[in-house]
Amino acid sequence: MAQIVVENLVKTFRVAERAPGMWGALKGLARRRHRTVTALDGISFTLREGELLGYIGPNGAGKSTTVKILSGILVPDSGRVEVLGKEPWTHRIETVARIGVVFGQRTQLWWDLPVIESFDLLRDIYRVPSDLYRRNRDELVALLHLEPLLDTPVRQLSLGQRMRCDLAASLLHSPRILYLDEPTIGLDAVSKLAVRDFVRRLNQERGVTVILTTHDMDDIETLCSRVIVIHQGGIFLDGTLEQLRNRVSSERRLIVDLANENGPVSDPDAELVSRQGRRATLNFDPGRVSPAELIARIVARHEVVDLFVENPPIEEIVARIYSSCVAEGSCSAEQDRSAQP
Amino acid sequence: MKPYRAVFSARFRMLLQYRTAALAGCATQLFWGIIRMMIFAGFYAVSTATQPMTYPEVVNYIWLGQATILLTIMHSDAEVRSMIRSGAVVYEMARPVDLYRLWYCRAVAGRAAPLLLRMLPIFLVAFLCFGFALPASPVAGLLWALATVGALLLASSFSALLTITHLWTIAGDGVNRILPMFIYAFSGMIVPLPFFPDSLQPLLRLLPFRGVADTPFRIYMGHIPPAEAVLAVLHQLAWTTVLILFGNWLLRRGTRRLVVQGG
Repeated sequence: MAQIVVENLVKTFRVAERAPGMWGALKGLARRRHRTVTALDGISFTLREGELLGYIGPNGAGKSTTVKILSGILVPDSGRVEVLGKEPWTHRIETVARIGVVFGQRTQLWWDLPVIESFDLLRDIYRVPSDLYRRNRDELVALLHLEPLLDTPVRQLSLGQRMRCDLAASLLHSPRILYLDEPTIGLDAVSKLAVRDFVRRLNQERGVTVILTTHDMDDIETLCSRVIVIHQGGIFLDGTLEQLRNRVSSERRLIVDLANENGPVSDPDAELVSRQGRRATLNFDPGRVSPAELIARIVARHEVVDLFVENPPIEEIVARIYSSCVAEGSCSAEQDRSAQP
Repeated sequence: MKPYRAVFSARFRMLLQYRTAALAGCATQLFWGIIRMMIFAGFYAVSTATQPMTYPEVVNYIWLGQATILLTIMHSDAEVRSMIRSGAVVYEMARPVDLYRLWYCRAVAGRAAPLLLRMLPIFLVAFLCFGFALPASPVAGLLWALATVGALLLASSFSALLTITHLWTIAGDGVNRILPMFIYAFSGMIVPLPFFPDSLQPLLRLLPFRGVADTPFRIYMGHIPPAEAVLAVLHQLAWTTVLILFGNWLLRRGTRRLVVQGG
């Protein structure tokens, strides 16, 4: 059953503009100029219960705006949205009672209260029955290893500790949907792994629907079965990671470790992209030459110690989407193929 | 009511911790109280006309004002203001609570806790050293307490309104300077309201500002007799209701046009 339905969502902002310098400031006094920025330009998608969606796009693409509209915090210009069967902005209180939100760059905990008091306060704010609260709290404290942090005032927590507490705080009321807006931003490797592991378990074991916005492609690769890439207010792609790869480029990589350091490596159907000591990296298109054939030819010609085929990192693919779109100046789904190198 | 009570009590408890601020506040108010007393002493020494209040009444008026000055200093909620500036206000809106009630509770708690911390020591010192008198009668004392609660609710509705204006003026310094000065003057904190010209009196009686200072003070000293005091408290409550309704309306408009700062 669809838990979230988004149809033709449009949101624009008016941004005040002012020319730089003193003259610009004086002109601004006399007449204000406003520019309309379209953050979302007709976005549609639906999300079923229990899905874990990666929602990605460059800075300013409209990711956070979408999350805020889905939470009932912002009102869109037009379009239809249903979250758990309700329009979020007209039923803000009902909607937010059943969702959890984490904005990675801000904390929802009370800055000068100990963590545990923030949790207690959230229990009262969300009207969580005490036995359910105790069960949820103890489980979250155990899963996220919060026990030693509970009596610390929030202002004294490190970023990674704080994020774990924020995650727990967003789940005390057993929400059915969780929005995570850049939850791993600024975290060290260990904290990132902890957060990822937790989100995966939450999704698999509790069946919580998750929308994850992030710039960290490792987050996406380890967690998300489905991704939506938005760019300049539109949906560039809605599908699996595999589809995302194929959409941009079907290229694959062959990495070859040679026995001999200075032997040249080349093939008419592959392109050498890097050479580091004994290791050579070749790009090829599996549509033109099958991996087996290419490997056979290279092994026949060179003395090879080891070799493997891999997909280009998702990071690179996304970077390619973003930059090609910027270069084109627009980014409708039809144009993306021509933007391929 | 549970969420609002919880927020109120958390904030109240937190603000009770600020002992140093309270101590400094008491010292400042005692200092200014003495200066205001000296000004009026000089004024009464040279004045030959009959004044609307006697000097001992003015002394009471001054000390009541110094002790409950936090009811007349209007300011928006600094924390909400910085939340609006930084964009953290999204979390306030992501809670299943009515935003106005939440902010109003914060405003009441933000005043009540420091008010309690400052009021008693100032009363004690003023009583022992500066001729501050007990209420005119036990009934007057009781009505004063009631009117002080009324003043707290009224003052908080002003603060909530100021807080909401930050949704329009992000910096918010303008409103936060003009309106408070206005309220301060017309509540009787600079010169007791009975000293204002007769032609202004009907207007002053109608405006809400007297409710945060003049009303409870004059009830305390029996200058407003108990029978009229009930009406004065109703006047406070009526204005509080109007300001709360207005604040709710304004907030609804404000959130519809909200742009969250910082993406």
